[in-house]
Amino acid sequence: MAATVRLQREPFDAASETEKLRRGRSDIGAVVTFTGICRGDEAGAPLLAMTLEHYPDMAEAEIARHVAAAERRWPLLGVAVVHRYGRLQPGEDIVLVVTAAAHRQDAFAAAEFLMDYLKTRAPFWKQIELAGGGRTDKLWVEAKRSDDALADRWTPSSGRRAAE
Amino acid sequence: MKLRYFAWVRERIGKPEEEIDPPAGVATIAELVTWLSQRGEEYAHAFENPRVIRAAIDRAHVRSDAAISGAREIAFFPPMTGG
Repeated sequence: MAATVRLQREPFDAASETEKLRRGRSDIGAVVTFTGICRGDEAGAPLLAMTLEHYPDMAEAEIARHVAAAERRWPLLGVAVVHRYGRLQPGEDIVLVVTAAAHRQDAFAAAEFLMDYLKTRAPFWKQIELAGGGRTDKLWVEAKRSDDALADRWTPSSGRRAAE
Repeated sequence: MKLRYFAWVRERIGKPEEEIDPPAGVATIAELVTWLSQRGEEYAHAFENPRVIRAAIDRAHVRSDAAISGAREIAFFPPMTGG
């Protein structure tokens, strides 16, 4: 199965990545394209910019592992994940996930699975610059428990209940 | 072995990476964190809440009881916020 995993500083073109997956195929009946975008606020405070730090050598390998896991779970015909890093401004794209399958249930499920895992296991860390009042401090964004819960639902027995 | 630090772990320790040679008694990630914490205040500050620290050995996530022998690169970082 054709899989693209790429990290880059520059903006990506979702239409172009999708077209590459579809080109020349007559077996693909469903393509799901997810774009994660930098919002203009974080927990209610207006954002000037967001900087994504990453662990370069590990990020690609970890995302590729997620893609391989998705391939084992669903009959996918193509996957593309592009994740940006560096300093981004509100409105800019952060991450692209494209999944292709014969049928929509598999394409939707795989895209959601990949995003839930990207949120919790891909080695990126966000720092934000808040607007207003001459503040120059960058604040690290905290991981959300809700993201961990979303990722957990893909694993029926995560082993954490053993002690209960 | 090479240690790499990311995000606020890197900021607190004050460097992105270093080479270390832990003593034989330091066998797991948890023991390595304890040993590093004793090296100085900046390390103690970075690792003051070990439950929040995540680790990777040779670019794959590991738990705190993972053995470190044979590791070429160990990274410490906060919970991730990608995607």
